[in-house]
Amino acid sequence: MHPAFSVIFLTTLIGAGQGLFLALFTGQLYASIKLIEPQDANFYAIGSALALGLLIAGLGASFLHLGRPERAWRAASMWRTSWLSREVIVLPMMMGVVFFYGLFHYLGWTQPWLVAGDGALPIDVTMVLGFVGVIVTFALFVCTGMIYASVKFLEEWHSPYTIANFTLLGMASGFMLAAAYSAYLGNHLVGFYGTWAVIFTVLGLGTRIASLIRNATLKHKSTLQTAIGVRHRKIVQKSQGFTASSFNTREFFHHQSPEFLKLVRLVFLVLVFPVPLLLIGVSYVLESPTLPIAAFVIQYLGLVAERWYFFAEANHPQNLYYQSIS
Amino acid sequence: MTQLALVIDLNVCVGCHACVTSCKQWNASGWAGPMVDENPYGADPTGTFFNRVQTFEVGSYPATETVHFPKSCLHCEEPPCVPVCPTGASYKREDNGVVLVDYDKCIGCKYCSWACPYGVRELDEQQQVMKKCTLCIDRITDQSLPEKERQPACVLACPTSARLFGDVHDPDSEVSVAIRERGGYALMPEWGTKPANHYLPRQKTRMHISEDELQRADNPLTKEDLTVYTGEETLDDVTW
Repeated sequence: MHPAFSVIFLTTLIGAGQGLFLALFTGQLYASIKLIEPQDANFYAIGSALALGLLIAGLGASFLHLGRPERAWRAASMWRTSWLSREVIVLPMMMGVVFFYGLFHYLGWTQPWLVAGDGALPIDVTMVLGFVGVIVTFALFVCTGMIYASVKFLEEWHSPYTIANFTLLGMASGFMLAAAYSAYLGNHLVGFYGTWAVIFTVLGLGTRIASLIRNATLKHKSTLQTAIGVRHRKIVQKSQGFTASSFNTREFFHHQSPEFLKLVRLVFLVLVFPVPLLLIGVSYVLESPTLPIAAFVIQYLGLVAERWYFFAEANHPQNLYYQSIS
Repeated sequence: MTQLALVIDLNVCVGCHACVTSCKQWNASGWAGPMVDENPYGADPTGTFFNRVQTFEVGSYPATETVHFPKSCLHCEEPPCVPVCPTGASYKREDNGVVLVDYDKCIGCKYCSWACPYGVRELDEQQQVMKKCTLCIDRITDQSLPEKERQPACVLACPTSARLFGDVHDPDSEVSVAIRERGGYALMPEWGTKPANHYLPRQKTRMHISEDELQRADNPLTKEDLTVYTGEETLDDVTW
């Protein structure tokens, strides 16, 4: 498939935004039961604004993918059958939850309505909104992943690994961003968020390697024999019907050499996994305020390469009809 | 229920591209138009086409065979492109089974083209909406046309009658009989898309003559004839 940067930025930016929201709420949850030191309202408000900014940037990138962006509102109508439609509904829901989560923290609406378990867990409006947000966040991860995983013709994507990778890599980059944010502010949550970022990065490495191994040994269902219905071992295309390019030759091919693909794979395997882990580990030892930021930026760049490779790796069955110009 | 479809006879298709050009001509100015051509006289011309003829070579020289293969939307009975559409622009007509795109609802997200294994949907570069073969819906449903002209432009243009058009759900229609009696098959059956369009395989007409038939081994006169021949005329040489 042709890796479109609009979709690459959509999936990586909202993934980081979703992960950052999960990180903020995880921090609030831990602080409310006094496992980590509590943060002031601004920490959550600015953090939510950052997450919202990422979600908005992702949505903006997705508009660049559309031929007719002015009609995008129509995309919410077919949620019964289309995962793309479901994502179009859940993404604004996510934005709304993050917006109000940040706003209520900013307004200081954190007086507990009730205290659960003998003073252990105070429940206020932000806590309720946070729990709703967690559900919406995971729903969005599933929707985004299923857009790709549900297309059975793209066999490289048609696997639960796709959803696992989108979710775990999004959470890894989001928690990494939370560590970077904490390091920038100079609070003590760098180790807390960094540890979670390491956990999700390692889990993401597991599922990403598993999907790479799966795809390396994938045997495609369709062949040139079934494509044109002629039972012969040797069939060669002599003409695709036109000499220049068409939508078929642009949308479904990456037009890069196999060596370039291998290079991108190597780049993302290095930038997403070992380098950020190393940087976050070193920053923990040195108590550096800048290394977690570098870890996030490098991991994000790596995720852009990862998503590029995700698209380029997928081989669409229609390509069987476009093997030779003439 | 009616399911209109094409049946394409690979046995007689000569790869002349008349169906391609007539499709473009009709649909450029019809309901589905315009069909943009960008850079038509430049180095890299590109444009929207609903129908293409491709050519494949089967076998190794000298035992090769050329297969000309026209390819357009197959109007699947289980169209995978329809449920993925987020706006409902892509739909299958209830009354005749033709898969169409509502150009006023399409947002040009290209998701349906990913969900079609045959690669028969194209984004129109000018209108930025998805386009595909309509089976000339504006022709075949036009009651003001004489009945024999209510056929897709490609079918009317084909000089070898390689393209048949009709209802594949009616067991007695020309297309159903052709599929049933001449080995009509669907493309990529492994996906369960149930394409309505079918292809008729190439068939070779061969004579089967055995040695016995040439020698006329069962000639009763030869059996009863006890003469030993030494090169003269025999009964077999007699013309009546």
